[in-house]
Amino acid sequence: MKQINKLLEHFGSAVILCLRSFAYLPSLPLQWRRLIEQCYLIGYTTFPIVAILSFFIGSVLALQAGYSLAPVAAQDFIGSLVGLSLARELAPVMTAILVAGRVGSAIAAELATMKVYQEVDALVTMNIPPERILVMPRLVAILIMMPVLTVVANLIGWIGGAIVAQNVDFIQLDTRIYFQGIQNFVKFRDILDGLIKAEIFGFVTILVACNVGLRTTGGPREIGGSVTRAVVISLILILVLDYFVTSALMNI
Amino acid sequence: MPPETKEPKRTSIGLKIENFTKSYDSVEVLRNVSLDVQPGEIFVIMGPSGSGKSVLLKHVAGLEIPTNGRIMIDGKDIAHPKTRSQLHMALVFQAGALFNSMSVFDNLALFPREHRLYDKKVLNEKVMTALQTLSLEDAAGKFPSQLSGGMRKRVAIARALVMEPEWILYDEPTSELDPTMGATITEIIADLREEFGVTSLVVSHDRDLALTIADRVAILMHGDLLELDTPENIKKSENPKVKDFLNPVIDIKNPRFKRKD
Ligand SMILES: Nc1ncnc2c1ncn2[C@@H]1O[C@H](COP(=O)(O)OP(=O)(O)O)[C@@H](O)[C@H]1O
Ligand SMILES: [Mg+2]
Repeated sequence: MKQINKLLEHFGSAVILCLRSFAYLPSLPLQWRRLIEQCYLIGYTTFPIVAILSFFIGSVLALQAGYSLAPVAAQDFIGSLVGLSLARELAPVMTAILVAGRVGSAIAAELATMKVYQEVDALVTMNIPPERILVMPRLVAILIMMPVLTVVANLIGWIGGAIVAQNVDFIQLDTRIYFQGIQNFVKFRDILDGLIKAEIFGFVTILVACNVGLRTTGGPREIGGSVTRAVVISLILILVLDYFVTSALMNI
Repeated sequence: MPPETKEPKRTSIGLKIENFTKSYDSVEVLRNVSLDVQPGEIFVIMGPSGSGKSVLLKHVAGLEIPTNGRIMIDGKDIAHPKTRSQLHMALVFQAGALFNSMSVFDNLALFPREHRLYDKKVLNEKVMTALQTLSLEDAAGKFPSQLSGGMRKRVAIARALVMEPEWILYDEPTSELDPTMGATITEIIADLREEFGVTSLVVSHDRDLALTIADRVAILMHGDLLELDTPENIKKSENPKVKDFLNPVIDIKNPRFKRKD
């Protein structure tokens, strides 16, 4: 019962934080510097790992697809398999997980520190709502950066798959046929669905990080706890939401 | 403070704390505190550490909600979310609460920038004037982590000055400062009242500050308001706890530690 109460309280506070933050959306043009700074931070910290991981995920997908399809001489479908898996599922989920680990944790730590050392209180006494300068720019930044990162993950993953498909002995699929497969089977709608999922996961991750960070109470010892909590909660939410969002998108 | 600041338009009735009680997890930290601060007054709260002074200031600044009782400023309940945005009030936090990711200059400039008060040139002047007032002009480009405790405190005070508030709440403004700087801060508090009619609520252990510039002094001990009077009368107080607090006797004749041979 207590757990359920706490859960509802967390959820409620996140919704309120979200609404309050977006109430300050009109101040965005005045805060463009902060927005760019946040976009840069998100991109700068996650781009390299997104690139490396999506390359290898594309590669292993091609390898596994080749392993099942080569014996029946159906290599031609490797491209479509890799392309669809990445676009619809793996690129958005993996990007979101990396964002939770790199960006969500950093935001939770930063805001928790500001809360514990009364910087947030100082903002409040200055009549500068923390939602306005700390939360809103970050939420907008993630909405801008998630699609960029996901598209990059798709492209690099496809390339990784192509290299493996061409060079592994038991597959040896011509790159042109591989990309032909992607072109024929991966529809714009598949990529769009992936981007919608990425937006939702990224947004939820950052909202959770901000909420957990700002709700930190007590001393410096609590900062670490908040970081862990933010990452764990957002990972769970990403994977749970993944099912529901995917199924909802299939019904639209 | 820059000369062109306008005299605040005081329609005000000051600060009124009525039967204020605060508990954290059923531990009473402050009990039934009632006091009022007149507009333009310098009101000093003294008391041993842990007596609830910082908690009281946080409530006056509207950062927390009283468990019981009310805090009214200019006739409005500070617990109401709208009230604070109508007040020009600055709080100098005990530990400074500087924005660690910003330079000293940006710490001071944040308030006027966010509220779009001045153009760049005026803002620059105002920030530099505040820094000069506290002999911090060389620290403008530094970050809080590069400052000593006393410098952080001065930056916190400078940051409050830039806000040009009608009310300033100081939480131990002269602790961590050398006596000269302590005297400067004391003078600043008095000057702000003379020049701009700023009302100050000061939490301090600094007897010089309390007994020279205060209009009235309150003594807070373990959550109770023991005494509230003019500095002259407080000095003459017959309450043994107050006497002992204001004039502690250092007894070195009876050592606390004895070596066992
Ligand atoms: N957020 C809090 N939660 C629980 N107890 C608190 C909290 N803030 C302050 N206290 C307690 O209230 C008492 C008064 O603290 P404080 O106002 O900081 O003392 P001081 O007079 O030295 O400023 C202390 O016993 C402290 O432990
Ligand atoms: Mg204190």
